[in-house]
Amino acid sequence: MREIVVISGKGGTGKTSLSASFAYLAKQEAVVCDCDVDAANMHLLLDANFKKQSDFYSGEIAVIDPEICTNCGDCFDVCRFDAITKETDFHVVDPISCEGCHYCSRICPVDAIEMVTQKAGDVFVSDIKNGATMVHAKLGFGAENSGKLVSKVKRVAKELALKEDKEYVITDGSPGIGCPVISSLSGANLVVLVTEATVSGLHDLKRVYELTKTFNLKVVCIINKCDLNWEITKKIREYLNSQNVQLLASLGYDENFTKAVSVAKPIVEFDENCEISKQIKLSWNNIKNILKEN
Amino acid sequence: MKIVFTTKGKTWESPMDARFGRAEMFLVYDEETDTLEAIDNSATEAMEHGVGGQSSKKMINAGANVVITGNGAGEKALKILKTTKIEFFTGAGEMSVKEAYEAYKQNRLQKQF
Amino acid sequence: MKITIASGKGGTGKTTVSSNLTSYLASLGKKVVLADLDVEEPNSALFLNAELVDSKISNKMIPKWDATDCTLCGKCEEVCNFNAILHLPEEIRVFPELCHSCYACSELCPTDSLPMTPSQIGIINEYQNELFTMVEGRLDLGQEMSIPLIAQTIEYVDEKFPDYMKIYDAPPGTSCPVIESSRYSDFVILITEATPFGLNDLTLAVETMRVLNQKIGVIINRYGIGDDGVENYCHDENIPIITKIKNDREVAKLYSNGELIYDKIEHFKDSLDEIIAFIGGLK
Repeated sequence: MREIVVISGKGGTGKTSLSASFAYLAKQEAVVCDCDVDAANMHLLLDANFKKQSDFYSGEIAVIDPEICTNCGDCFDVCRFDAITKETDFHVVDPISCEGCHYCSRICPVDAIEMVTQKAGDVFVSDIKNGATMVHAKLGFGAENSGKLVSKVKRVAKELALKEDKEYVITDGSPGIGCPVISSLSGANLVVLVTEATVSGLHDLKRVYELTKTFNLKVVCIINKCDLNWEITKKIREYLNSQNVQLLASLGYDENFTKAVSVAKPIVEFDENCEISKQIKLSWNNIKNILKEN
Repeated sequence: MKIVFTTKGKTWESPMDARFGRAEMFLVYDEETDTLEAIDNSATEAMEHGVGGQSSKKMINAGANVVITGNGAGEKALKILKTTKIEFFTGAGEMSVKEAYEAYKQNRLQKQF
Repeated sequence: MKITIASGKGGTGKTTVSSNLTSYLASLGKKVVLADLDVEEPNSALFLNAELVDSKISNKMIPKWDATDCTLCGKCEEVCNFNAILHLPEEIRVFPELCHSCYACSELCPTDSLPMTPSQIGIINEYQNELFTMVEGRLDLGQEMSIPLIAQTIEYVDEKFPDYMKIYDAPPGTSCPVIESSRYSDFVILITEATPFGLNDLTLAVETMRVLNQKIGVIINRYGIGDDGVENYCHDENIPIITKIKNDREVAKLYSNGELIYDKIEHFKDSLDEIIAFIGGLK
């Protein structure tokens, strides 16, 4: 079982459309995994049916029992997050401001403060349109997008892939360069960096590539909307060359790409004969070959 | 010499876990006594942050001289382990523990530090 | 007045709209300042041809181990709920990037061996061009906690530009950073596309803003592609649609070069006028 992780640094580069296309092409050889848990939407392109749901718990907040609270104010004094306010007869915690540090509950002289684990999201296992299985999640309101939910989604996907003896896990990674991306990358056999020919695309590509380097990961790149700005495309190519990163494809700006998204289909399903679809198919074959070689 | 493997099981035949910080298990091989000892690390699954540090602490407490893993240590683990004499080898993520040990003996693994 | 421009996910045009809107407002003589709160990937400065006029280091307070009286009792590791402290056989190690600055270890240490000290997490940059000022928070690479920097960037703008209108370019998503960027604003503009993707992200963003009790309005970007889903949703949920920005490849091209758009493309300027009329009507 080999895991391919698609990441992009910034949003809007077409990362999810490409991941979904690979997933569509891989048919039942793959388990699909959406680690973009903060704004998950790959399930839309693949007609996920939300077959199985489980709760995901993470993070704690302090809750003060008004019956026990003597209104001494010690908790108020130690809280650095302005999460505690004084009512007439007792103190209360603002759940949005509470960081879950436990300080107040540790020092409360009458043990009136309990730390309560929060439901932070849902994890789903779904059937998708090409007969494969997909694991995805929804992060709850205001939950910290730590790597924990991402790790969980990945673990479920990998276990399924092993159990059902699948060739690949195809993972749509998280955006940004923080903790969730690091969790998305963990254990990857191949990383596909998706960038676009814009000033910010290049800027973010560099940042996210630096991150993959610290983990010794094998990386390839796809430039999307390359004809939007040839000068930047040239710069991206030079950069990839200098870093010895293989360029899998340069995809042109194509209205089909957005049209496919607007009818909730991966581009390779929407119009399998258009130029972009052909290139994506080539890229997928390339990816499979690279994984065989390693 | 004590060699620690990041693994998904307790025997020489078990598969390696490519991850260091969130490895399912650490298998400690003591060359002097020729014994294997397993340290459970599954609790890191429930941790949000800071697994690299906790796992590094386990290496120090286990008295490791060498760590063998797949992808390499993250930043926090690096900060801790680099200040010790522990040697860290990567590239064994797809092997069994036995294969990883042989690869290490034959100098086929990359030394991260 | 403080307005946050947000979206469920990245790439919807947040930065394009916020930078153009600020520039246009300034050209009309309005006192306005833009704050880029997407501190992990601040991009606005790339679009504004602006000069750096001031910088301020952004710190958070972290414990610093002082070995002198430490008995290595391990209380600090025990009380840290964020795994930011490691009690090793011969030393105490602090991971600043994991520290939430709760002070528990420092204040509960029996020997006062962990005094809190400032530690850099990023930088606040103030830029200026002919028309207006832009302030960005930029998180240092390897830092994981963006909330303190977002809060400090907002504070910086508040203190330095008290009587200005403020436009916040929020980070993408629905988690803590977006909340920090939105909770103190007077109004939140959500940018989306009229696609099933856009609708999905918008729904999540709206749920978040409702929990915060924020007033919201929607801008539909790249209008012309997609379906009626977003419009129907806004209608059913009673959310005003402020403007619809036409799908136009020229806009994408100008953006790719980091250029301003409203001075070159008429329909884009019309959309900005609609936003301004809407904001004006809010007062």
